[in-house]
Amino acid sequence: MKRFSWFNATSLSLGFAFLYLPMILLVVYSFNESRLVTVWAGFSTKWYGELFRDQEFLDAAWVTLKVGVFSSTLATVLGTMAAYVLVRAGRFHGRTLFSGMIYAPLVMPEVITGLSLLLLFIGIGLDRGVLTIVLAHTTFSMCYVSVVVSSRLTSFDRSLEEAALDLGCSAFAAFRLVTLPIIAPAVISGWLLAFTLSLDDLVIASFTTGPSATTLPIKIFSAVRLGVSPQINALSTLLIGIVTIGVITASVLTKRAAVAQVRDEQKAVRAA
Amino acid sequence: MAQTVFAPWTDPVQKPLIEFRNVSKRFGDFTAIDNLSLTIYEKEFFALLGPSGCGKTTMMRMLAGFETISGGHILLDGQEISAVPPNKRPVNMMFQSYALFPHLSIWDNIAFGLKREGRDAAFIDERVDEMLRLTRMSRFARRKPHQISGGQRQRVALARSLAKAPKLLLLDEPLGALDRKLREETQFELMDIQEKTGTTFVIVTHDQEEAMTVASRIAVMDEGRIVQVDTPDQIYEAPNSVYVADFIGDVNLFSGTATARPVDMAAAPEPTVALDAEATAPRHDAALRDTVEANTATAQRLPAPDRKGDWLYDKLFRRFMGSRETAPRRLPPPSPAEVAAARAREAPARPADSAPAIKPGGILVDWADGQPPIIAANGDTAVAGEKVTFSIRPEKVTIDAEQPDRPNAYKGKVIDIAYLGNISTFHVELANGTMVKAQMVNARRLANRHITWEDEVWIGFSETAGVVLKD
Ligand SMILES: Nc1ncnc2c1ncn2[C@@H]1O[C@H](COP(=O)(O)OP(=O)(O)O)[C@@H](O)[C@H]1O
Ligand SMILES: [Mg+2]
Repeated sequence: MKRFSWFNATSLSLGFAFLYLPMILLVVYSFNESRLVTVWAGFSTKWYGELFRDQEFLDAAWVTLKVGVFSSTLATVLGTMAAYVLVRAGRFHGRTLFSGMIYAPLVMPEVITGLSLLLLFIGIGLDRGVLTIVLAHTTFSMCYVSVVVSSRLTSFDRSLEEAALDLGCSAFAAFRLVTLPIIAPAVISGWLLAFTLSLDDLVIASFTTGPSATTLPIKIFSAVRLGVSPQINALSTLLIGIVTIGVITASVLTKRAAVAQVRDEQKAVRAA
Repeated sequence: MAQTVFAPWTDPVQKPLIEFRNVSKRFGDFTAIDNLSLTIYEKEFFALLGPSGCGKTTMMRMLAGFETISGGHILLDGQEISAVPPNKRPVNMMFQSYALFPHLSIWDNIAFGLKREGRDAAFIDERVDEMLRLTRMSRFARRKPHQISGGQRQRVALARSLAKAPKLLLLDEPLGALDRKLREETQFELMDIQEKTGTTFVIVTHDQEEAMTVASRIAVMDEGRIVQVDTPDQIYEAPNSVYVADFIGDVNLFSGTATARPVDMAAAPEPTVALDAEATAPRHDAALRDTVEANTATAQRLPAPDRKGDWLYDKLFRRFMGSRETAPRRLPPPSPAEVAAARAREAPARPADSAPAIKPGGILVDWADGQPPIIAANGDTAVAGEKVTFSIRPEKVTIDAEQPDRPNAYKGKVIDIAYLGNISTFHVELANGTMVKAQMVNARRLANRHITWEDEVWIGFSETAGVVLKD
């Protein structure tokens, strides 16, 4: 291995410090004995205990979980369908426009997405609550799923589907029995991505929520305005944990399939 | 032979299994298949042969139902199938890339189609086992496709496409990914399986040797059209165009103008059977005689073993070399003097006075100024006066040091010799610069060693050995 020069080492640690120092501070202070956020008074997990006794936080956690599961599942179904059509349907009129439009929400300012959805919900007279947040989250996370899935589908050998048709499958059976099992890792990582996005979102949720539905990010944001409490730190630490696990699982899933295949192939070559 | 020859295409009562009627396929404004008609019969092993991009895969995909046709009809068993979706056709395809399902085991891959048919478990078990045995893959049933070699994958793909016992099996360049030796073995395996199952096979290939080996009939394609459909030997011996002659195997082409042969030449005596045999294989005899003589000459010169030698042989060498009588003997090459002696002894044996009678009729091809025209007794007199191409296979062209008694003989110089083990190809340049290939079977190790680079030689061929093709 090449050794790091002094310069490289410094810039690397500076970069990582910039990225992770705030989070590390947050995690450390979530274990602080003292109520005062900036004064270290010894190790304790009491704020976690207190968190789980706080009904409001538990309610918010439950809402967040529901929104996350429903919206990411819906987004996965819709996003996979969109990706399938865009990759498979070949050249149809307006294909470029469609694929462009699928990706546009990726760069759309959240404020605008949130505002436009709010106007829509008011316009059609939909009561704001869990349902509207689910719909809103589905809208913006669907395009992330479709990006992940379509990149897998472009490298997918079309003749596998044709072989399934040839052996007697209907188009839907071919998708269910052949395509879906093979692209499953990409679909699952798309779901995890959508779930973490939903967990993180503050702006769009604030626009589309009603009095009955408060998600954790909204809860944290409003609590912090009254002053940072160690309880919030504990909650945020938990969120960081969940998101990290989600993202790592997603990338491991995609990587491992490829690695396993390479290993098996090498084994087969050695055996031959 | 008592066995009746399999040739349903010659029998007018036979109904074809597949019929293409004026089928066209266009991709945008590109015509991939152009008004093509073709019939394929039950139990045939039919080969589509042509260069890459000529539309072979498109033909297959239209049969399997993956491409809609732009015009015409495709009939299977007399029924129009153009509108039948792929999953409803009694046709299975073995894909060029094999297309094995990577997430399923070999066993599940083969069972896939049977499960879709809704067969009961016992039937599926039995059928899959049968297919595994047929393709000798039973040991690997539990493996995944990426855990077996390319040749094994190819066999699994075959087993999977045969499992549903289709009426018609389509094979798209099935052996393209295999190395030469494995490919040859697999060709025979395919023929064996085709015979055992009685399935009609349509195979796509761009390898003419492969088509010649496996097929009952071959369709030679060029840019979306069929140029010739015939049995392998007819395709080889009687190509109907320069394209086919040139595509299949090696060929010498002479283009020129045809004229009807003068009547006085036609007055020659009737050809005899013996003459025909002489016309097709004279050089073998000559070569053989050469070598036999040379071999006896060298055999007399071999030293006999003495007592010590005998003892050594009995005690030691016999164990691993076998009995001496059957042990292969390596002969040193004969000296030039011996070859000359052998040839001298052989020469008077040939009757110099009885010039071979040349079959009457046919045409002459004027192909170059200052060269005698080519006599083609089998040429159609109807082409007289037209531009034609005379085509002859290198193995029908003989090469001699002296002028041979052959209807067509031309003088030239050896430019190159390609030694291919079983045969040698001589590249001979004629006086007007035309290059001609002549092939010799190396039946004996020493055959034709006396002809070498830069030698003045004569090439010759009989009046019926070539084919006259209209341009
Ligand atoms: N889907 C398609 N769209 C446009 N052109 C195609 C398509 N499929 C095949 N072709 C064209 O049709 C011709 C015949 O192709 P193909 O049947 O695959 O040839 P082969 O199998 O003989 O090599 C080629 O020139 C190819 O470019
Ligand atoms: Mg092809």
